[in-house]
Amino acid sequence: MTELTEAFQTALRLIATLDPKLLGIVLLSLKVSLTAVAIASLIGFALGGALAVYRFPGRGALAAIVNALMGLPPVVAGLFVYLLLSNTGPLGVLQLLYTPTAMIIAQVVIVTPIVGALTRQACEDLLEEYDEQLRSLGASSTAIILTLLWDGRYRLITAVLAGFGRAIAEVGAVMIVGGNIDHVTRTMTTAIALETSKGNIALALALGIVLLVIAFAVNALLMSVRRFALRFAYA
Amino acid sequence: MLLPLELRRLTYEANGKRVIDSLDLKLEKPGITVIMGPNGAGKSVLLRLIHGLIAPTSGEILWAGQPLDRELALRQAMVFQKPVLLRRSAAANIWHALGLRGIDRSERAIRVDGALRLAGLEGQAAMPARVLSGGEQQRLCLARALSLEPDVLFLDEPTASVDPASTLAIERLLIEAQHGGIKIIVVTHDVGQARRLAQDVVFLHHGRIIEYGLAKRFFAEPQSEAARCFLAGGLVL
Repeated sequence: MTELTEAFQTALRLIATLDPKLLGIVLLSLKVSLTAVAIASLIGFALGGALAVYRFPGRGALAAIVNALMGLPPVVAGLFVYLLLSNTGPLGVLQLLYTPTAMIIAQVVIVTPIVGALTRQACEDLLEEYDEQLRSLGASSTAIILTLLWDGRYRLITAVLAGFGRAIAEVGAVMIVGGNIDHVTRTMTTAIALETSKGNIALALALGIVLLVIAFAVNALLMSVRRFALRFAYA
Repeated sequence: MLLPLELRRLTYEANGKRVIDSLDLKLEKPGITVIMGPNGAGKSVLLRLIHGLIAPTSGEILWAGQPLDRELALRQAMVFQKPVLLRRSAAANIWHALGLRGIDRSERAIRVDGALRLAGLEGQAAMPARVLSGGEQQRLCLARALSLEPDVLFLDEPTASVDPASTLAIERLLIEAQHGGIKIIVVTHDVGQARRLAQDVVFLHHGRIIEYGLAKRFFAEPQSEAARCFLAGGLVL
């Protein structure tokens, strides 16, 4: 028990003193996940908007596939990207494996369906109310999509936060395509896995606490965005 | 000018039912035309067909001899029964509509100002449009439509759920707009409103035009049993 308490105290000290090793890992995680979410959101918004507005054969199937991909296990996404980027894979020439870029790619694969599906749902809901009026005003399909995306901004923010929550917390994808290389591709999640197996509980705890705080903060932000939106009839 | 509006053998079927049944109509005169009739007569569907929001099953809709195309559609505007406003400020809603028409920014600013004044909402320019009262929202929707400077304005039961003060304001705006040369086609089931606004009346029942003529004559001497019953406040089956 005292070993645990000691580890816990060490962990808190590491956090309080902004231990450089801890900081480096946290910043890399944030850099990878934030970049991935930014890219995935741009793709996801466009995808979701297009699925909601355009009518084309196979639309229903595509929407169902995007929905299903929300449940894509991160480790499988990692495997898929690994196969793409490995030396024997189609994109092997790019030599991206075991770099932060590969990790970003893998997380984009994970987050895009989440943002895309939630965006599509938000846009479809808005379209029920707006469709006739927007067509009456003479809006083109592109104009309609942009209008819906802006009008649904609070729901879209929620979707992005959900995507970020998924990205920052996943282990499998970044482990496989990143390789957990010290100072290069070691994120909070992969570091926790490694340090725990090494018996380095203090650092693992410190990272765990930081990750937990980030996860809770994202959730709290999500809740307050919702409340704010409802209050000003923007929901 | 887009008139005359001609409907030729206009038919609309949905779910195996003939909602609009081979309608023929010619609207030549400017001013306010009221489309009246009991619930389920097909008034709202007819309005949407004429405005081009739904496609007819068969028949023709001609404006000065031309079928509806994008250019003609942009010279029309519509106000719906339930006000449809975006999740942004009152002013921003009008700004957005003008933007869709490609109106340049300086002109847009002038028209937004004008529209808000017309609706009596200058003080609420920055308020989220959706927290305005029902009457204020509908006034805003009408002002938005008018800011587009349409040749034809459609209204589908515009004051059905609106307070009397806003109803009065809206009716005044319509009469003014009509004097400005806009052709106005209103669907209403409110006989009093029809009497106040209408130059001519189209009486619809079961997807057919039962009567069409000058308002004065329609209200004084309705020719059909259905119209007589309707104007007397009865249920028209």
